[in-house]
Amino acid sequence: MSVLQEISPNVKNIKQSEYEVLASRASQIEKELSQGVRKPYKELIDVCWCDPHSVGVKPLTFVRQVLAACVYPQLMKSHELPLDVRQRAQWLLGRCDGGSVGSYNAQPCIPEIIEKVSEFTTRRDGGVPSYPENIFISTGSQWAIMDILNVLVNSEASPKTGVLTPAPCHVTSMMSITALGAAAVPYYLTEEQGWTLQVEELQRALESAKGVCNPVALYVINPGNPAGLVQSRKSMQEVIRFASEKRLFLLADEVYQDFVYGENREFVSYKRVLAEMGPPYSDTVELVSFHSTSKGFMGECGMRGGYVELVNLDPAVQKHIFKLISKSSCTPVLAQMALDLMVNPPQPGDPSYPLYNQQTQHIKNMLAQNVKTTHEVLNSLPGVISQPVEGGAFVFPRVFLPPKAIQKAEEEGMQPDTFYCVRLLEETGVLCCPGSEFEQKEGTYHIRFCITASQDIVKEVLRHLTTFHTKFMKDFS
Amino acid sequence: MTENGVMSRAKVLTIDTINPTVKKVEYAVRGPIVQRAVELERELSQGMKKPFAEVIKANIGDAHAMGQQPITFFRQVLALCSYPELLSDNTFPEDAKSRACRILQSCGGHSMGSYSASQGIDSVRKDVARYIERRDGGVPCDPDDIYLTTGASDGIVTMLKLLVSGEGATRTGVMISIPQYPLYSAALAELGAVQINYYLNEDKCWSMDIPELQRALDEAREYCNPRALCIINPGNPTGQVQSRECIEDVIRFAAKERLFLMADEVYQDNVYADGCQFHSFKKVLFEMGPEYSETVELASFHSTSKCYMGECGFRGGYMEIINMDNEVKAQLTKLVSVRLCPPVPGQALMDLVVNPPQPGEPSYDSFIKERTATLSALAEKAKLTEQVLNTVQGISCNPVQGAMYSFPRITIPEKAVKEATEQGQQPDMFYCMKMLEETGICLVPGSGFGQKDGTYHFRMTILPPTDKLKILLDKVKEFHQKFTQQYS
Repeated sequence: MSVLQEISPNVKNIKQSEYEVLASRASQIEKELSQGVRKPYKELIDVCWCDPHSVGVKPLTFVRQVLAACVYPQLMKSHELPLDVRQRAQWLLGRCDGGSVGSYNAQPCIPEIIEKVSEFTTRRDGGVPSYPENIFISTGSQWAIMDILNVLVNSEASPKTGVLTPAPCHVTSMMSITALGAAAVPYYLTEEQGWTLQVEELQRALESAKGVCNPVALYVINPGNPAGLVQSRKSMQEVIRFASEKRLFLLADEVYQDFVYGENREFVSYKRVLAEMGPPYSDTVELVSFHSTSKGFMGECGMRGGYVELVNLDPAVQKHIFKLISKSSCTPVLAQMALDLMVNPPQPGDPSYPLYNQQTQHIKNMLAQNVKTTHEVLNSLPGVISQPVEGGAFVFPRVFLPPKAIQKAEEEGMQPDTFYCVRLLEETGVLCCPGSEFEQKEGTYHIRFCITASQDIVKEVLRHLTTFHTKFMKDFS
Repeated sequence: MTENGVMSRAKVLTIDTINPTVKKVEYAVRGPIVQRAVELERELSQGMKKPFAEVIKANIGDAHAMGQQPITFFRQVLALCSYPELLSDNTFPEDAKSRACRILQSCGGHSMGSYSASQGIDSVRKDVARYIERRDGGVPCDPDDIYLTTGASDGIVTMLKLLVSGEGATRTGVMISIPQYPLYSAALAELGAVQINYYLNEDKCWSMDIPELQRALDEAREYCNPRALCIINPGNPTGQVQSRECIEDVIRFAAKERLFLMADEVYQDNVYADGCQFHSFKKVLFEMGPEYSETVELASFHSTSKCYMGECGFRGGYMEIINMDNEVKAQLTKLVSVRLCPPVPGQALMDLVVNPPQPGEPSYDSFIKERTATLSALAEKAKLTEQVLNTVQGISCNPVQGAMYSFPRITIPEKAVKEATEQGQQPDMFYCMKMLEETGICLVPGSGFGQKDGTYHFRMTILPPTDKLKILLDKVKEFHQKFTQQYS
C-alpha cells in the first residue's frame, strides 16, 4: 500500500471539476484528429475560459515590446522600438536588482510598481486615496484569493469557517475555499432580473449557515463570472451595509472591471463606494479587492500577475499578510512589469499611443459586437434564455433541457448540462463549460462560453451551437 | 455601546481571529535583518552618512542581483517569444528563432499570454522527461510524472499540502534537516504539520547520519505520524554534496520506515569540490534495483533560479513524482488546477534549460562559454570563501562543496551572548545586526536555519563578483576580530 494513501482531507474534498470530463474527451478527439480520423470539423474551438490570446485576440504591441526589451535589453540599443517603449523598459529595469528580470525583486515586490498601482486606483476611484502599504502584488487573482482566505480560515475550527459566495460562481474560488477547509455558503443571484444580487437573499444565505458553519466573509464578483452582471451603486451600498451589520469581511473580485457593456452601466469599485458612504462604514468595513493582468485589454493570463488592495484591515493582521506574501516570493518579475503597463498605459502624445488606442478600441468594438450577436442568436434559440450581458467575459445562457435528455444524461452518469456540452463537443468541436460547474440553482441548466474572442470565432461558435441545439432539442423531444 | 448608542466596532479580522497557523510562520531569509538592510539602503540614498558606501545583500541566493549575467541564448529566445515580430530581425541567431517558434506553437494562439494546462505545457514536460533520462544515464522518465511549478518552492508546498493530514497523535510529521532552508519550516507551520528535526553532522562536513535520522524518527513517533523525509542536495545553507553511499542509505531508511522522500535538487549543477558529484535520488533509486525502485515514493524538485541560469525572477520549476499511487496523483492534478497554471515564461525558460543549444548549432559555443564562466567563477568563489574565513580566529568554515552559500560556525563571546539575550535577540542575530550596521553587509543568522544548541553560524552567499567578494570577506574578518575584542 502506498505511503501516500492518506492525504489531506481538504484536498480530497475539492470537487472534481466537470470540465475534466470535457477536457479528457477533448484531448481524445485531438488525438483522433491528428491521426486523420474524419470528423465534421478540423479542429477544436475552446471557448471555456477567458483566455483571449488563445481565441483570436492579439496581445497589445506596447506591452510585448516593453517586455521583450526587459528580457533582452540589447533591443534598446537599436531604434527599432519606439522611444516610449525603450524609456519604459529602461525605467523598469532600473527598478530591478542587478538590472535584471531574473532577480527575485521580491521584497515582496518592486516598490515603485506598487506606487504606480496606488496612483492608478486613486485615479480610477475619482480621487479616493490609496496607500502603497495596503497594496500587494499577487501571482494572479486566484493565488491571492487563496492567500487571503488562508488568513481568514481556521481549518481546525469547528464549526467550519464559512464564506458567502455568489451562485453561480466560478470554479477556482470555490475550490480554494474547500482546499482550506472552509465551507462555501451560496447566495443565489436572481437570474430573471439579469442576475442581480438581492440583500434578502444574502440574509437567507446567512440564516442557512446557522449551526452549519461560522460565516466570516462575503465574496462578491463584480463584474460577474459566470453571470454577466455589473452591480449598481445602490446594490453595492446594500452589500456594504450588510457586511457591516453582520460583521463580514468583504472580498471583492474585480478582475473584469475593464469589461462593461451595458448602456447605463459603469464599473465602480467597492473601495470607491465604501469611501463615498462615509463613516462609520468607510472607516470600519474590512475590504480586500482583487485585480489581475489576465483580463482586461491585455489578456495576459499566462503571466500570472495581479494585485490586492486592503482597506481597513487591522495593522497587526496586515503585518502577517505581508510576512506570508514575502515567504511566497512567487510573482514573476515579468508579471510585475505587466502590472505596471496595465496601470500606466501609453497616454495621448506618447509615440505608442495611436497604436495602443487603435488596438484597445478594436477590442472594445469586438466585445460590444460579440455581446450583441450572442444575445440575439442565443435568445432566438428555442429553449434558451440568455440574460443581457452587462459586463464580464462570458455569456451564461439558460438551457431548458427536455426530460429525455436529462434522463439520458443520468444513464450516462453525467450532469445534464455536462452531457449537453459533451455532445456539443463531439458533434461540432466546440468546447463550452457546463453550468453544473458553477453552483447554479438546482434544477436549472446553463452553459458558459467566453465573448472575449475574435468576432469570427464567436460567430463560428454561435453557428455551430445553433445547428447543434436545434438538432439536440429535436432528438430529445 | 457608547453613549450615543453607536456600537464601537471591533474588526472581523484580528490577531485572535486569524488562522492561528499563520501566526507561527517565520521566514528568516527575508526577515527583520533584511528589512533593516532595506532601511539602511534608503538612508544611504538619502545622503545619510554611514561607515560603508553600500549595503551588500549577501543574504539571498539571487545571482543576478549580485551581477551574474543571464545566458544570452535564453534571453534571446524569451524575447522572441514575448514579441514574435522580432523573428524577422536578423540580429537573432537561427537556432534561437526556431526554439521560439517551437515554444510558441505549444501556446494557445501562439502567445505566452494564454493559460497553459495546469500541469504545464505538454511539449515542455516531454522535454523535461528527456532531460532527466539523459541526466540519469537512461533511467526512463514518463512525462506524465512531470509537473511544472512556479519555482521549486511552489512544488514543495503543493506536495506538503497534499500529504499533511491527521489530528493529534496521527498528525503528519515531516523530517527536515537542520540547518534547513526556512521555506520548509514556514510551510510546515502554515499547514499545521509537525516539524521533525534531524541534525546534519557539522564535524563530517554536514553529512547525513542514519543513526541521527533514526533517533529523530523514533522520538517523533511518540507524538505524531512521520510520513515524509526532506533532503536538500546539494545543501542549503550548508553546501554539502551528499555521497552516493549516503543517498543509498537514506533510500534504504525511507523504504524501511515507509517515508515519502522529497529531494530538493535545485542546486544540481552547482557542484565545485574535487571528488564531489551530484547523484540524483532518482538515478540512485533505480540503480538499487526493483526492491526499491518499484516501491519507494519520491518527489524531486528542480528550478530555473539557481545553477548557471540564476533566473529567480521567472519562477520556473518542475517536480518529478515517482511511484505515486494513481489515485493520489489524480488528487495532486486536481490540487494544482486551483491556481490555474504556472507562469508561461517560466515554463518556456525551463524548456530551454532542459534543452540547451547542441554542438553544431549557431549558439552552442557562446552558450558553453557563458555557462562555464559562471560555474567556474562560482567554484573559485566557493574555494576563496572557505579559505579566507578559515584564517579567522573564531570562525570555522566547512568546505563549500556545492550550492551557493557558506555557513561558517562562529564563536560569540559570553558577554555578547549575554547582551543579546538581554535584548531578547538570538546571539547570532545580534552579531549579524551589528555587522550590518557597521559594514553594510547583510547576512542571515544561523538561528534562522536552525543549528545545534549553543552553536552559532551565519549564512553568506558566494554570489558577489570575485573582487567584491574578496573585499566582503576581508570586512567580515575585520568585523569579527573587532567584535570579539569588543566583547572579550
